Amino acid sequence: MAKKRIVLTFPPSLVEKPLTYRLVKDFDLAINILHARIVPRESGRLVIELSNSSEENIDAGIRYLEEQGVNVEPLSKEIRWDEKECINCGACTAVCHSDALRMNPETWKLEFDKDKCIVCEMCVPACPLRIISVTF
Amino acid sequence: MGFSRTYEEINEKIKTGRVVVLTAEEIIPMVEEKGVEAVAREVDVVTTATFGPMCSTGAFLNFGHSDPPIKMTKVWLNDVPAYTGIAAVDAYIGATELSESAGFEYGGAHVIEDLISGKPVKLRATAYGTDCYPRREIETYITKDTINQAYLFNPRNAYQNYSVAVNSSDRIIYTYMGTLLPKLGNATYCSAGQLSPLLNDPYYRTIGIGTRIFLGGAQGYVAWEGTQHSPSVSRNEKGIPVGGAGTLALIGDLKQMDRRFIRAAIFHKYGVSMYVGVGIPIPILDEEMVRFVSVKDEDIQAPIVDYGVGRRSKPTYGTVSYKELRSGKIIIDGKVVPTAPLSSLAKAREIAETLKTWIREGKFFVQQPVQPLPAEQLTKPLEIREKDEFPINI
Ligand code: SF4
Ligand code: SF4
Repeated sequence: MAKKRIVLTFPPSLVEKPLTYRLVKDFDLAINILHARIVPRESGRLVIELSNSSEENIDAGIRYLEEQGVNVEPLSKEIRWDEKECINCGACTAVCHSDALRMNPETWKLEFDKDKCIVCEMCVPACPLRIISVTF
Repeated sequence: MGFSRTYEEINEKIKTGRVVVLTAEEIIPMVEEKGVEAVAREVDVVTTATFGPMCSTGAFLNFGHSDPPIKMTKVWLNDVPAYTGIAAVDAYIGATELSESAGFEYGGAHVIEDLISGKPVKLRATAYGTDCYPRREIETYITKDTINQAYLFNPRNAYQNYSVAVNSSDRIIYTYMGTLLPKLGNATYCSAGQLSPLLNDPYYRTIGIGTRIFLGGAQGYVAWEGTQHSPSVSRNEKGIPVGGAGTLALIGDLKQMDRRFIRAAIFHKYGVSMYVGVGIPIPILDEEMVRFVSVKDEDIQAPIVDYGVGRRSKPTYGTVSYKELRSGKIIIDGKVVPTAPLSSLAKAREIAETLKTWIREGKFFVQQPVQPLPAEQLTKPLEIREKDEFPINI
């Protein structure tokens, strides 16, 4: 299964167009919405993961979005957690909405699931030890 | 009269390697299984611990005399001001003091951590110069090994319970309780709960002035009641205070400490603080002490306080138990609110285990307090007053 994580920014005129619907219908892509900020009449930002058995289908879907005037960028930013410096306080889990950072309920040590991370960067300043950073 | 044992008997057992030590978490199932009396006979000491941010932390340092000597009137350590309104080369570096060049990113807590790690720290001082102390300024580097004394003296550590923080306002706020999301978007709490020292000795029977403790990886002592020590707050039917109550002033040798157990912290848009590791052994003197140390998270409640209101008295949303907090979510006004800890239970466990090993290996002895902590007292607020409001003007 091929997968791609992308960040979409689209102008106000496109906010109300059923773009994601077309991706599913015409390109047979499975869409996982990781993060959405869409306000009517303003530009929107959507972080999604596209998957399909063939990478060509995904690329065709991305080309379609670009033709519609959507700006598409790969989600290349990554969260780095310096585990050996971590004191397992849990302060970062207070702001992580995607459940990527969570405390193991047995050991009470922090666990980071990169696949769930939407790179919202909320945890970066929330860590009192400054050991979470963003890499490009 | 039930079973009882003395501090001397416990120390004799530590000396001969026969002492039985458990952590405050391990004792809970044991009491459930064997009952209070059997456990009182079997167990000599229970170790408790906490590892949380404690702003009221700092260190006294004595730098030694330079040639020609200086009577320091202003001191900076890595650009962080230290207080030197005491003798010529004595100073106190407070954890929350901010660097004059790096601001929020570096503070007194970082200086303390750097000293503990053995790193060189830049010392700068100025003076007005006197006949016996002619030098007016100095710039040099120190480490913990080049200076005479370096000991932590923390006016308030190890709070007995604390509030749970939420934010009802419609903007995100940054507090010493971490980042609080708007409209009750999260709740943070800060206590080791059933492992926390003063929750395992709620009436301070064995924790008092002179009690030997684990502080930041070294052996230290309880020096005094902590500031804002407030034992008379309301308590539940088990005697556990509901909210902040007793506190401890702690002292210990910085030179012996280990950065694994004491760390500088930055609370975003709030300031610098310090995570301090504290471990306290509780001698099982009798059955009553077994009942105290078998306290469970479900027996401990904390008030949910609205930090979205920037006043001294903040509205509350009732109380919640640590068992509920540890479940990951609580319900406030019908809304499911995710919870997050700020104090590290994993580290607290490591400290309780370390202290257990020290006692078992005969490296740490229990010390009877030389004076108990005040048992009745409440915190006073600071009011804005005029001098003539006082009845007696001298
Ligand atoms: S950036 Fe941090 S807070 Fe945001 S989803 Fe990833 S781990 Fe969670
Ligand atoms: S806030 Fe920082 S130190 Fe605390 S658990 Fe998260 S990553 Fe670790």
